Amino acid sequence: MSVTKSGTQVGRSAPVRVPWGRRGLGAGRHLHGGRWTYAVLIAFTALSLFPLLWTAVAASRTNTRLAQTPPPFWFGGNLLKNLEIAWTDANMGTALLNTTVVAGSVALGTVLFSTLAGFAFAKLRFRFKNLLLLLVIGTMMVPPQLSVVPLYMLVAELRWTDQLQAVILPGLVCAFGVFFMRQYLIQALPGELVEAARMDGAGSLRVIWHIVFPAARPAMAVLGMLTFVQSWNDFFWPIIALTQNGSPTVQVALTGLGRGYIPDQSVIMAGALLGTLPLLAAFVLFGKQIVGGIMQGAVKG
Amino acid sequence: MASEYRSEYRAESEYPAESEYRAAGAGVAVPDVSGADASGAERRARERRSRRYRLDMRWSPYAFVAPFFLFFAAFGLFPLLYTGWASLHRVELTAPGDMEWVGLRNFSRLLDDDFFWNALSNTVTIGLLSTVPQLLMALGIAHLLNYRLRGSMFFRVAALTPYATSVAAATLVFVLLFGRDYGMINWALGLAGFGHIDWQNGSFASQLAVSTIVIWRWTGYNALIYLAAMQSVPADLYESAALDGASRWQQFVHVTLPSLRPTILFTCVVSTIGAMQLFGEPLLFNGSAGASGGSDHQFQTLGLYLYEQGWVNLHLGRASAIAWTMFLILLLIGAVNWLVSRRLLKNEGAAS
Repeated sequence: MSVTKSGTQVGRSAPVRVPWGRRGLGAGRHLHGGRWTYAVLIAFTALSLFPLLWTAVAASRTNTRLAQTPPPFWFGGNLLKNLEIAWTDANMGTALLNTTVVAGSVALGTVLFSTLAGFAFAKLRFRFKNLLLLLVIGTMMVPPQLSVVPLYMLVAELRWTDQLQAVILPGLVCAFGVFFMRQYLIQALPGELVEAARMDGAGSLRVIWHIVFPAARPAMAVLGMLTFVQSWNDFFWPIIALTQNGSPTVQVALTGLGRGYIPDQSVIMAGALLGTLPLLAAFVLFGKQIVGGIMQGAVKG
Repeated sequence: MASEYRSEYRAESEYPAESEYRAAGAGVAVPDVSGADASGAERRARERRSRRYRLDMRWSPYAFVAPFFLFFAAFGLFPLLYTGWASLHRVELTAPGDMEWVGLRNFSRLLDDDFFWNALSNTVTIGLLSTVPQLLMALGIAHLLNYRLRGSMFFRVAALTPYATSVAAATLVFVLLFGRDYGMINWALGLAGFGHIDWQNGSFASQLAVSTIVIWRWTGYNALIYLAAMQSVPADLYESAALDGASRWQQFVHVTLPSLRPTILFTCVVSTIGAMQLFGEPLLFNGSAGASGGSDHQFQTLGLYLYEQGWVNLHLGRASAIAWTMFLILLLIGAVNWLVSRRLLKNEGAAS
């Protein structure tokens, strides 16, 4: 289904920089995509983007219009009004602020802890290292459902319900991050560099600050972005620990909307739009880096 | 590089975390690092420094991994074990402190529970319906993305945007799109001459709809993972295959797919874990039905059933038992997966 003829080049005018000794021989990356390649990819892109676009369309209409056939395909004039209702009545304003705080703290903390632990696992020798690493990898498989009951008890005991630290602190346990940083630092940080600094009497904090952090910076950025996205979209634990009318994250507020606190569909869509826009904006800005990060993580993992 | 750092370190004589490392204790014999002669106060200072240096060398690795493991112990390991403990008790949400020992009753009760089996079968059905097409499509898309393309970065970022959309937002939109009377999908089906489908109340239809949301959110992500793997396949493999007269389809089947096997296994495992935990989509797909997963529990998954038991029916003990059962099922799947992949590797080794 996905075999494409090499002859039908769409990008004819694009300068070809690589000498094409292998043209027509190999599959995959040596070849330009043909017409069908573009057709399928454009269709796929349209399907990927359409629900998001339509969220905006629905958010700009009225509830009455959404209950008519055919469904609206273009923007109406109600967007600002619906956004306003979602912002105030559905607590989306608070929710956006809360989510920014939560996702930001979780991303920062995770990057810091993961880099430190990843460095130790990649470049240092200590007892129980392999055992501890195995423990880290093992926890990557454990579903979050398994810890929800005791976490809830803990949070209830500490009276942390509806307080952001109830969501932030458990979010800092990220085995993937440790593993990711370890894999990156094994390659990116020459052992001699650490040795040399050590020979000169550099203490550990100095090594971390002047050698490990600079070397790890690209991976730290990627991990930070991935963690931020994940934390922003985190669903299961927040809807248990936080409530819609107390101090919700975006996902909790949206859950409240979906459960019919406000039965107006166009307002619900406005809420969904508000909750998604910040991440979409980040994707427009950093899309390239995020894509690179996910692909990098895939090869290493 | 190294000399640059050297001068910097010499300039600084005090080490910030001195007292911390001293407190860690344990004196060790110290070979002098610098080797140069020195007298009196200077030597003492150096000895002190190298002693500190030794302690630092010895204990800093633990200090580096400590933050992670502290949090892991508090919010990962302890809850994991405590869930096991709680699953052997009767615990109510209203009074989590009162635990009454019931042995394995929570588990045996599950086995007799029709809703549990219903949730398990729904989870498996939705898992298959969402994972299999998703990974196949991702493979195809990745193959196409692997061609030289104009605007390839645009296609990649666009493929990833559903991943940036939260479960809640995505599900709420799809609820509208799948609406029975006014939804766009039924409208399009109507244009094509089909009757309206009740996507929320139909049993298979609702499972298909929930799976669609999962497929929409994750296909692009998996495609990028496959793409990354495809790009690391050495080009000469294709070259020699082409010289042997393999068509492009044959190259895909005989070169690309085998090279991608570890990645495919990896995505299968990750998707299985994800499918097992499926929660947000079915919870919100019929918001008014709450955690029951549809009027007739037709799309209630295990994750949702756990939530219903714990936070709607207030039985935390039973919820814990469901959690451990889910974990055991995952371990079982993991073991089977491991055996299969080992078998495959062995066969491959024997064949070549």
